[in-house]
Amino acid sequence: MKNMKYLLLRRVTQIGILFLYFAANAYGWHILEGTFGTSMLFGIIPLADPYNTLQVLATGFVLGSDVLLGAAIITLFYFVVGGRAFCSWVCPINMVTDAANWLRRKFNLDKEEVNYRFLKRSARYWLMVVGLIVSAIVGVAAFEVFSPITIMQRGIVFGFGMGGAIVLAIFLFDLFGVKNGWCGHLCPLGAAYSVIGSKSLIRVKHIHENCTNCMDCKVVCPENQVLHMINKSSIAVTDGECTNCGRCVDVCNDDALEFGIRSFIKQN
Amino acid sequence: MAHSNNRRNFMATTLQSVGLAALGGMLWSGYTDSVKASPLVLRPPGALPEKDFLTACIKCGLCAEACVNRDTNRDTQTGEQREGTLKMAKGGDSLLIGTPYFVPLEVPCYMCEDIPCVPVCPSGALDMPSLLNEKKELDINKASMGLAVVHKESCISFWGIQCDACYRACPLLDSAITIEYQKNERTGKHAYLLPIVHDNVCTGCGLCEQACVTEKPAIFVLPNEVAKGKAGDHYVKGWDAKDQERVKNAKEIHTQTKRSEKEASDYLNMEVEY
Repeated sequence: MKNMKYLLLRRVTQIGILFLYFAANAYGWHILEGTFGTSMLFGIIPLADPYNTLQVLATGFVLGSDVLLGAAIITLFYFVVGGRAFCSWVCPINMVTDAANWLRRKFNLDKEEVNYRFLKRSARYWLMVVGLIVSAIVGVAAFEVFSPITIMQRGIVFGFGMGGAIVLAIFLFDLFGVKNGWCGHLCPLGAAYSVIGSKSLIRVKHIHENCTNCMDCKVVCPENQVLHMINKSSIAVTDGECTNCGRCVDVCNDDALEFGIRSFIKQN
Repeated sequence: MAHSNNRRNFMATTLQSVGLAALGGMLWSGYTDSVKASPLVLRPPGALPEKDFLTACIKCGLCAEACVNRDTNRDTQTGEQREGTLKMAKGGDSLLIGTPYFVPLEVPCYMCEDIPCVPVCPSGALDMPSLLNEKKELDINKASMGLAVVHKESCISFWGIQCDACYRACPLLDSAITIEYQKNERTGKHAYLLPIVHDNVCTGCGLCEQACVTEKPAIFVLPNEVAKGKAGDHYVKGWDAKDQERVKNAKEIHTQTKRSEKEASDYLNMEVEY
C-alpha cells in the first residue's frame, strides 16, 4: 500500500468532488453546486473555470461578477498553491486517461512515447490560443462545445446522453492512439492550468543523493519531461506541466522524491 | 551550412504549425457555428435572446439544479421529488451542449412566483432585471420564454366541440388565453368557444400544451423568434395616439430607385418577367 498513498488520495478527492456535484442536483445539497463552468461552494463562494471564463470574455460578452470573482479565486488558488493540480486531483477525465495509461503498461502496448511531428506536447498551447480566437469569431465558448471534461462532469450530474461517446473516444485515443495523447498533448484546459500554476508553491522535490536511477518515476509520470533532473541534481520540479499527481513520490522506493514547498531562494 | 539548414527547418516547421493551427481553427469554427444553430428550443425565464444566450451561458447547470430542487417540486401525494422542468442539453440533443432548456410536453414551466432558476445564474445569461416589475420585485408574469400557437385545424374547439382544456390550464387564466364566441353556422344554434392567445401576456410556460387533449397538441409553445412576425417601424397605427408619437419628429425622405422613376400607373400596367 505504501506506493499508493497519493494515488488513493487523488481518487478519493476526485470522486468526492464529483459526488458533491452529483448530490447538489440529486439531493439538493448546498455544498458544491453547479459544474466547473461555475460552482457555488457552500452556496456563497463562487468558483469558475478560468479558461471557460476567458473564452466567454473573448466573445465580447461582459460576464456577471460571480463568474469573474469565481475565476479569480480559482486562478489565485492554483497560481499560489496548487500548480496544475486541477488536472490530477479534480478533473474526471484524469481517471479515464490514467486507466488508458495503466492498460498500456499492463499490455506493453508501447513503452516509449512516439515523437509525432505535429502532435507534440506544445500542441495544447496552440489549441488554447486557437480556442480563444475561435470563441471570438463564432461568438460561443469554443472548447466548451466538445470539452470532454465538462461533458463527463455534466454526464455524472445530469446524465450522459450521447456525450459518453467523447469520453470513450478519449479513452481509446489514449490507449491505442497516442500515449498521454489527450492530457499531455491536446487539452487546452490543461495548458491553461500549466500556465496558471507554473509558479505555485507546492512542488515535488528530488533528492539526488538517495536516487538509485531506477527510472520508475519516469515510467509512471504522465509528463515525464518535467523530471529532467532525476539522478542529476537535487532540485524541485518547477515545470508548470507537472500535475502534482504524486505518482513519482508513490513509486519511488528510495525516498528520492517528496512533496515540498518551492523555495524562491537559489540554492547551489 | 548546418546552421542555415537549422534555421530553414525552424522556419518551415513554424510555418507548418501556423498553417495547421489555421486549418484546425477553421474546422473548429465551422463545427462550433453549426452546433449553435438550434432555433427550435425553449429557454428558462429571463433568458437573453437566443444568440446572446448561447454566448453568455457558462453551462454551469445552477438553474436546472435550482429548478429540480425547489421546495414546491414535490409530488403532493407521495412527497417524492418530481422531475425538474429545466434540462441540460446532452450530446445527441441537437442543441448547444450544456445549455438549459425545457420541453413543455414533458415538464412545462410551472411559473414559480420566486423564480428560483433566475437569481442563481452567475453569468447574466438569465437576465434578472428583465423580470422585475415596477416595484422592483421578481415577477414571473414578465417572462417571455415563447408563445403558445393554436393550430386551428386540429383544435377540436374550432370543429365546434366544446373544449377549454388549455384555457383552464393557463396560469394567467382569461388573460393569456381568452375564449372568443362565434356562431356555429353548421348547426345554427351552437357556439364555437375558440381559444385565442394574446402574445403580450403569454409567457410560453407550456401548461396549455401539456393540457391539450388532442393526440398531438393543437396548442404548442414556439420560441418567440419562430412564432412572431414583425411589422417593421414604417407601419404606424394612425388611430393610436401613443403609436403616433413615434413619428412625431419624422421628416419626409424622398428616395429615388429605378422602379420609382416611372409613374405608379405605368408600373402597374407593365409586364413583369418572373
